[in-house]
Amino acid sequence: MMISKWSWFNKTSIIVGFSFLYIPILLLVLYSFNESRLVTVWGGFSTKWYGSLLQNEGILGAATVTLKVAAMASTMATILGTMAGFSMSRFGRFRGRTLFNGMIYAPLVMPEVITGLSLLLMFVAISLDRGMWTITLAHTTFAMCYVAVVVQSRLTSFDRSIEEAAMDLGCTPLKTFFVITLPVIMPAVASGWLLSFTLSLDDLVIASFTTGPGATTLPMKIYSMVRLGVTPEINAISTILIGIVAVGVVITSVLHKRREAQRAKDEMLASSAP
Amino acid sequence: MAEASSQARKVWAPWNEPGAKPFVRIEGVTKKFGSFVAVDNISLDIYEREFYSLLGPSGCGKTTLLRMLAGFEMPSTGRIIIDGEDMSTVPPHKRPVNMMFQSYALFPHMTVEQNIAFGLKQDHLPKADIAERVERMINLVQLNKFAKRKPEQLSGGQKQRVALARSLAKKPKILLLDEPLGALDKKLREETQFELMNIQEKLGVTFIIVTHDQEEAMTVSSRIAVMNHGCVEQVATPSEIYEYPNSRLVAQFIGDVNIMESRIAEVLPDRARLNVVGIDAPVQTGRSVNAAPGEIAWVAIRPEKMVVSLTPPADTSVNCLSGVVWDIGYLGKLSVFHVRLEDKSIVTVAQTNRKRETERTITWEDKVYVTWSPDAAVVLLA
Ligand SMILES: Nc1ncnc2c1ncn2[C@@H]1O[C@H](COP(=O)(O)OP(=O)(O)OP(=O)(O)O)[C@@H](O)[C@H]1O
Ligand SMILES: [Mg+2]
Repeated sequence: MMISKWSWFNKTSIIVGFSFLYIPILLLVLYSFNESRLVTVWGGFSTKWYGSLLQNEGILGAATVTLKVAAMASTMATILGTMAGFSMSRFGRFRGRTLFNGMIYAPLVMPEVITGLSLLLMFVAISLDRGMWTITLAHTTFAMCYVAVVVQSRLTSFDRSIEEAAMDLGCTPLKTFFVITLPVIMPAVASGWLLSFTLSLDDLVIASFTTGPGATTLPMKIYSMVRLGVTPEINAISTILIGIVAVGVVITSVLHKRREAQRAKDEMLASSAP
Repeated sequence: MAEASSQARKVWAPWNEPGAKPFVRIEGVTKKFGSFVAVDNISLDIYEREFYSLLGPSGCGKTTLLRMLAGFEMPSTGRIIIDGEDMSTVPPHKRPVNMMFQSYALFPHMTVEQNIAFGLKQDHLPKADIAERVERMINLVQLNKFAKRKPEQLSGGQKQRVALARSLAKKPKILLLDEPLGALDKKLREETQFELMNIQEKLGVTFIIVTHDQEEAMTVSSRIAVMNHGCVEQVATPSEIYEYPNSRLVAQFIGDVNIMESRIAEVLPDRARLNVVGIDAPVQTGRSVNAAPGEIAWVAIRPEKMVVSLTPPADTSVNCLSGVVWDIGYLGKLSVFHVRLEDKSIVTVAQTNRKRETERTITWEDKVYVTWSPDAAVVLLA
């Protein structure tokens, strides 16, 4: 078994696959430490581009806008999406329920250009001043669907008898939601928030449509800089973004591992208990 | 000891006292799910401190009835009155009942202590009182070592005890238990039954317990309501239900029974005579029946109330069947004989194994006589 599992064929496919995925990223990281201003010529190791990044107010401003938008949009999306997911999983059967359920998925598969365009049209129609707030609203709108889907699918496997037990013990329905339901589905809500945050961080198209003067997000900034030519500074800021994402992924998986280990321990305790 | 307490239990029978006020009154309650009738026009009176069992086959509406008492379902028609108060408009969190769920429904994100304290916190009791009450409950169910654990770190039996402690902590007037012992092994089950009865005596709570284990119902109940297809078939004490079932269904549901279709021959004030259909064996009962001669009725006799012997009894003309031994089951203290009658029907007789094999024992294919006293037979009209 072991031998066949690590046959030369498997080895090669793994190496080729991972190379395909990671070599471009590695190159980008590598060149962010390039001494030379020419992106494709290695001129020795240096961190000066990170230093000059701190001086570049355009990029710093864009980063601030992006983080603000991401934080606000993901929080609002989480609140609204949780409410939507909760109501959809709890709203008994009614005519057209399947249609409603399907409609929440539509924004997930809608081309971003169309979402962006329609939001722009709406903002123009209600003559809202475009800027950071409109981007936040737009991001809230589409991230909300993701949260709703995540929360709804968590609630389908939720044992409702614990809510009934809480009410039976004298807890009002509203309080039951906050002290029983929400804590239990918190992991799903949290991952919905993380998902919204990364979606917002990473969005270029919708932000471009809904932005106004003065509000430039990091992806927009990078994109406009790249059009004038790739600079090592861009590599540096991208490397930082990769770092943030990597740390996020590592934290989630470590937490997950811990929980698994804890569960295994619990099960052992339970089975050995008298 | 056991004798004395069961004696005391028998004397205490508020349902027989004309002036007694029921604590829980279920008045003509029907529950429909769409067009399906889960509970069909049930009326029950349950008295304070009763240990009331709802017994019946799966899907007969026991849980639905309990959920209506707790307030999770609303009756389609009818009323539920608890302690004189109509519950129609009272939401679950305001009812004086606590329910122990079949699935335990422990809060997974809270420790054993926090689970038990939850109900008390909702009443905004002082912290010290809560701590004291939780401690008492934990002692009662012997979970001291596990107070700081989360539910997933507990075994099934321990979870069950936490659920019990949690529902008892608020000292509810009524405790609803939905198959509370379903997940336990036989020994733990018996221990817990005993514990429940102790708790009930100590705290004076009214218990309404759902089960489909008839032995459990016989052991713990003051009264049993046997349900079927959403209707109540009979309400009586365990011994009444065992000795005097009112229908074939109840007789068959509680314990083993021989049922013989018969035609009524004669009805007298103190006895009745019937003829078993098919073998034409005359049966005499020790009570009169409320039916006319010529009608069909069913004679029900418990296996342990019959005697099987190789020699014919003095009087073979009445309450006597003859047949051959078809099968014998040896159960230690009991032997069960399956006797095949002329018409090929089988009668089951259970006999205690009092003697060792000194005299010739009954074996397969023996011709035997099955007899019983007139008091042993019950005539069922349904
Ligand atoms: N929410 C519901 N919607 C539709 N039908 C239901 C609902 N709840 C219960 N029923 C039906 O009502 C009937 C009675 O259910 P109930 O749960 O009361 O049975 P039970 O006596 O508790 O059975 P068991 O011993 O298996 O627990 C069942 O046929 C069930 O399918
Ligand atoms: Mg049930």
